[in-house]
Amino acid sequence: MDAVIRIDALTKRFAKLTAVDGVSLSVDRGEIFGLIGPNGAGKTTLIKMLTTLVPATSGEAWIAGCSIRSQSSEVRRRIGYVPQMLSADGALTAYENLLLSARLYAIPRHDRDSRIRDALLMVGLQHDADTLVQRYSGGMIRRLEIAQGMMHRPAVLFLDEPTVGLDPTARRTVWNNVLELRDSLRSTMFVTTHYMAEAEELCDRIAFIHRGRIQQIGTPEELMSALGPDATLDDVFINLNETEIESEGNYREVQRTRRNIRRRT
Amino acid sequence: MKSNARAEIFEDVPERSIKTSLVEFVTHAFAVANAEFVKLKHDPLELLMRAVQPILWLVIFGNVMGRIRGMNVGTINYQDFLAPGILAQSVLFAAIFYGISAIWERDLGIVHRYLVSPASRTAILLGKQVSASIRGLSQAAIIYVIALVMGLGISFHPLKIAGVVMLISLGSGLFANLSLIIACIVKTRERFMGIGQVITMPIFFVSNAIYPLDLMPGWIRGLAGANPLTYEVDGLRMLMLRTTVSPAGLARDFSVLFVISVVLLAIATRLYPRMAA
Repeated sequence: MDAVIRIDALTKRFAKLTAVDGVSLSVDRGEIFGLIGPNGAGKTTLIKMLTTLVPATSGEAWIAGCSIRSQSSEVRRRIGYVPQMLSADGALTAYENLLLSARLYAIPRHDRDSRIRDALLMVGLQHDADTLVQRYSGGMIRRLEIAQGMMHRPAVLFLDEPTVGLDPTARRTVWNNVLELRDSLRSTMFVTTHYMAEAEELCDRIAFIHRGRIQQIGTPEELMSALGPDATLDDVFINLNETEIESEGNYREVQRTRRNIRRRT
Repeated sequence: MKSNARAEIFEDVPERSIKTSLVEFVTHAFAVANAEFVKLKHDPLELLMRAVQPILWLVIFGNVMGRIRGMNVGTINYQDFLAPGILAQSVLFAAIFYGISAIWERDLGIVHRYLVSPASRTAILLGKQVSASIRGLSQAAIIYVIALVMGLGISFHPLKIAGVVMLISLGSGLFANLSLIIACIVKTRERFMGIGQVITMPIFFVSNAIYPLDLMPGWIRGLAGANPLTYEVDGLRMLMLRTTVSPAGLARDFSVLFVISVVLLAIATRLYPRMAA
């Protein structure tokens, strides 16, 4: 099997809540894979398990052939992660943020400067390298974080809601960066998003997750045509969740999303 | 072609030699410490603001209390006696609020970035500990200057200064890790602020920082004996002042601080990943 991500019955329970419930799927090399679901559906928990931030209760997953349970440090060498929150350090410049990443990912000393310059160029921040990140706009920070996530050329880049709170121009730039990186490095992109139009346009395949379970999986065209000739992804989403959507999303999650949006505008 | 692509992505997990692992460990700890140091360089105001409190203690409190002849602090005057205690106090106060920055980094997502990298948890925390030491040492530099201006009996013997540097580094790391452990448990700034206040004051007052142990009632002296700050102050008093050094006493002070530091680092390493959950 050439699947770069292989997930087998992965489950996470928190006390009485089953956040991720027996998820199995696989993602191929170079694929842009979208994970879509309402707040509290288990998207972030699934990503946190795959990135080894949270231990799985049961099940298993392999990233580029390494087990998230028994080879977590090897998994971490092979992945990049752009979390939902803004993770670039505002008290450092873009160059200093990237230098920190370069050291953490053991990029050889003689390559560091050129790799950092290349990364800045790729996301269009070469003229703002020495500006403190706290002076950046939300879109610029996101692009910097993508550069941080990709600088060590990972097999998989996980992006958790990369465009939430960004204006349409910034969202387009972020996605262009993601596509360019996928094309140049052939990395796999595992993305969660709330924007159906983006998912439809940019993802090769999409999985709908609800209450911790994968409800449907396929290409955007397959998912839409299964519902009807004129159906959109919005229709698929609403169809899967319409009776229960009101009860989803907890206080902390809403608070975090709003805080992120505030910081980006 | 397909098999080549597969080999490229599914590379064998390489055997890493002890030397490579060690070099990586040091690089990771250095990366974290360096980032903190660079932040201080961008905004040194924090360090200067922290100098206000020790000045108040030494100039005002020390001056007034020094006039009370009833407190027996040995052959030195009270302000000399107080200086190492105030140094230890400012190191404690700077380090104990390290947990706040950890919670801040958690809320911002910076912790996630560290934890998703290949750096070991111990290397990350050791890097944080080193940066806490840098803050502590900057406090020491400020207090040495104040002491010099006040004409206190400070020793500038290079070996004694080296000892002070080591003690401050140990003490900063110790209290920074204690603070981090609390942060990992309480997880919110509001709760941390409450607990931070509740533990800092007892650590300071139930120690020999501003009065000698001999003055304390037995039960308070017993508690002070279990307080790492007491050992830090004791060591600093020997090394910072122009007094004779008791090698046995100094060895005890360093040993106690070192053992507690290692235990706290081990606990913090276990708890730190909770910050990303």
